[in-house]
Amino acid sequence: MNAPSITTTAQNEAPSRNFDLAAASKDALKAALITLGLSIPILSYKTNQSGADLFLTSRWGLVAIICAIVFGLRLVLHAFTASRAYAKATPSAHQATEPVGATPNAFQHVSKFAIPFFLGVALAFPILIYLIQGGLNESRYWVDLGILILTYVMLGWGLNIVVGLAGLLDLGYVAFYAVGAYSYALLSTTFGLSFWICLPLAGILAAFWGMILGFPVLRLRGDYLAIVTLAFGEIIRLVLINWVDLTNGGAGISSIPRATFFGLPFTAGEGGFAATFGLEFNGMHRMIFLYYLILALALLTNFVTMRLRKLPVGRAWEALREDEIACRSLGINTTNTKLTAFSIGAMFGGFAGSFFAVRQGFVSPESFNFLESAIILAIVVMGGMGSQIGVAIAAIVLVGGPEVLRNLTFLQSVFGSGFDPNEYRLLLFGMGMVAMMVWRPRGLISEREPSVILKERKAISGSLVKEGHG
Amino acid sequence: MEIFVQQLINGLTLGSIYGLIAIGYTMVFGIIGMVNFAHGDVFMLSAFISLIFFLILTTWLGISSVVLALFFVLIIAMILTSLWGWAVERIAYRPLRGSFRLAPLISAIGVSIFLSNFVQVAQGARNKPTPPMVGDVIVLFQGASGYNVALSYKQIIIMMVTAVLLTVFWYVVQKTSLGRAQRACEQDRKMAALLGINVDRTISLTFVIGAALASVAGTMYLLYYGVVSFSDGFVPGVKAFTAAVLGGIGSLPGAVLGGLIIGLIETFWSAYFSIEYKDVAAFSILAIVLIFMPSGILGRPEVEKV
Repeated sequence: MNAPSITTTAQNEAPSRNFDLAAASKDALKAALITLGLSIPILSYKTNQSGADLFLTSRWGLVAIICAIVFGLRLVLHAFTASRAYAKATPSAHQATEPVGATPNAFQHVSKFAIPFFLGVALAFPILIYLIQGGLNESRYWVDLGILILTYVMLGWGLNIVVGLAGLLDLGYVAFYAVGAYSYALLSTTFGLSFWICLPLAGILAAFWGMILGFPVLRLRGDYLAIVTLAFGEIIRLVLINWVDLTNGGAGISSIPRATFFGLPFTAGEGGFAATFGLEFNGMHRMIFLYYLILALALLTNFVTMRLRKLPVGRAWEALREDEIACRSLGINTTNTKLTAFSIGAMFGGFAGSFFAVRQGFVSPESFNFLESAIILAIVVMGGMGSQIGVAIAAIVLVGGPEVLRNLTFLQSVFGSGFDPNEYRLLLFGMGMVAMMVWRPRGLISEREPSVILKERKAISGSLVKEGHG
Repeated sequence: MEIFVQQLINGLTLGSIYGLIAIGYTMVFGIIGMVNFAHGDVFMLSAFISLIFFLILTTWLGISSVVLALFFVLIIAMILTSLWGWAVERIAYRPLRGSFRLAPLISAIGVSIFLSNFVQVAQGARNKPTPPMVGDVIVLFQGASGYNVALSYKQIIIMMVTAVLLTVFWYVVQKTSLGRAQRACEQDRKMAALLGINVDRTISLTFVIGAALASVAGTMYLLYYGVVSFSDGFVPGVKAFTAAVLGGIGSLPGAVLGGLIIGLIETFWSAYFSIEYKDVAAFSILAIVLIFMPSGILGRPEVEKV
């Protein structure tokens, strides 16, 4: 909460070249004092435990550093807003008056090149890593990270249908992820069904649950809907913990059968994948197969979403997001429209869940807590709700970022040897969500192709629509 | 019978804690129509503030009287938590007025994630047990099977503090100019602004009052359970929100009533059915109430304006 916000005082002042340092310092001092107040006692004293007793250690040095940082940031922010106000008030000769339509900004240029670029990198990723790391076994860590990121990309795209397109805030998305994972785990361990049969079944079951849960709640208003989906997510998790006969409770289900290469198991012996194709056996074959599997699933999600947007149902979703009352007066069946979005989103969550189960070989309820929902939501929100490429970039940055930071050794020399960026990951997610809503509520990449075109393609400025964009 | 009376006492104690938190939800919803998702975490934060000041007062300053220490802790925690409530509103919610419909809720979820992880990073992930504060009990009567129905001093303290604060709070909302401004903003913010009410200040004060009451709940929670961890904001937060919805969101007596009902349901459910499913019961009530009676017990039905 130490991130400073834009004040009104700096903006209302008449723009002048001279930056009022005294006033800015005074305001920055105020912000620092508030930070000091907020840090007492939660930052300044740490509770440590020895045996049954708690004792306190004080950390005033840390508080002083944070207050100084807030002071500095606030001052910089004032300087920044002052210079921007000055630039706005004195337009340069080159710049015409602001155009009515949208001028593509730097972010919007990105998406044109980004899509083929990202697709190419994603397709070639295992090969690139193999070449860079110089061996299959050396590249294990990176391929694993790639799988993790792609899982979140897929979940983000799945949730994007619900949140970004239909404008329904779903805080219990992880419930469908759990349904998919447990469907595969139970079907394969109990009935011995293979992954390729279970994958569609898991999707169907998750969509079915989406419908069951969605049907009663979808006539609620936006924030009530969010809370009820949250409640459902928690109920499913608690049932998974407590229904020990079926789910083995908190211990989870282990030794779930691994995925096969369309029937060929990834084993060392005769009839395995390596033997059939005349390769030397290596455990990495399975990893690379999983990588391409999740890439295909993620791309399928994206493809289906993009096609659905062009269908009447997709257009109805977006219309619903913009104005529900208008939709109802135009004769759109809002309940059915919401239900399709909800269950299709759930279906992709189910696919991702059954992939999760086959990758881990182990599922337990702890993988499906509210925090997981919040992470997926953070990816969708920070990617810009409704933007497919934005969600992918957000997943790469938010999931891959902390992993990369962890490997940077110079950070450890700055922050001490025990420094682990993963501890601060959620802290930054929370701040990022707030910052995103305050500064760029329409997402980092606020451009999308309109789904219906009259004569020529035109980008639509985000400021012309009420919610979302495009 | 003995179990029934005992659970009634426990339920009312728990219910007063939920009621105190629920007021924060219901007031904010009444005035700006948003679900302040971070309120549960403000409550958790206040429990930590109370814990640290209790340790400072008892071990460093050597105050031996627990009641006196609690009194000071309560006041300090109210002030500091109010500051948090104010800062959260100022940074995360105020710039979003007039933004799109879901923006404040998403921002609130961000604040909630931030606060719980802030406390985790600052104070560590482990449960923090407090030294036992008030241990004495009054045995009300003894059952035939030797089961004592007991009313502990801490339960008395919790119910008394809640009752006193609710009275003060009721007086503020009904009789003072701040309360009038608040009720005016609740009815029509634009009109209130035209009549010279500082709307931003009123909304800020609403958050401050909500946070102060949550801090009382936090201190009482710490006193009652004697242990707190960074993740303790979520479930009580959702239960208190359930209480607010059950009582009729926007209605202050409704929040207290809802809190008491939720507290009673939770304790009786744990006693007579299964303790594992007590949270499932609370979450199910939330879903059922929102689906079938979204205006709650004392709330006004919502009219949709086009």
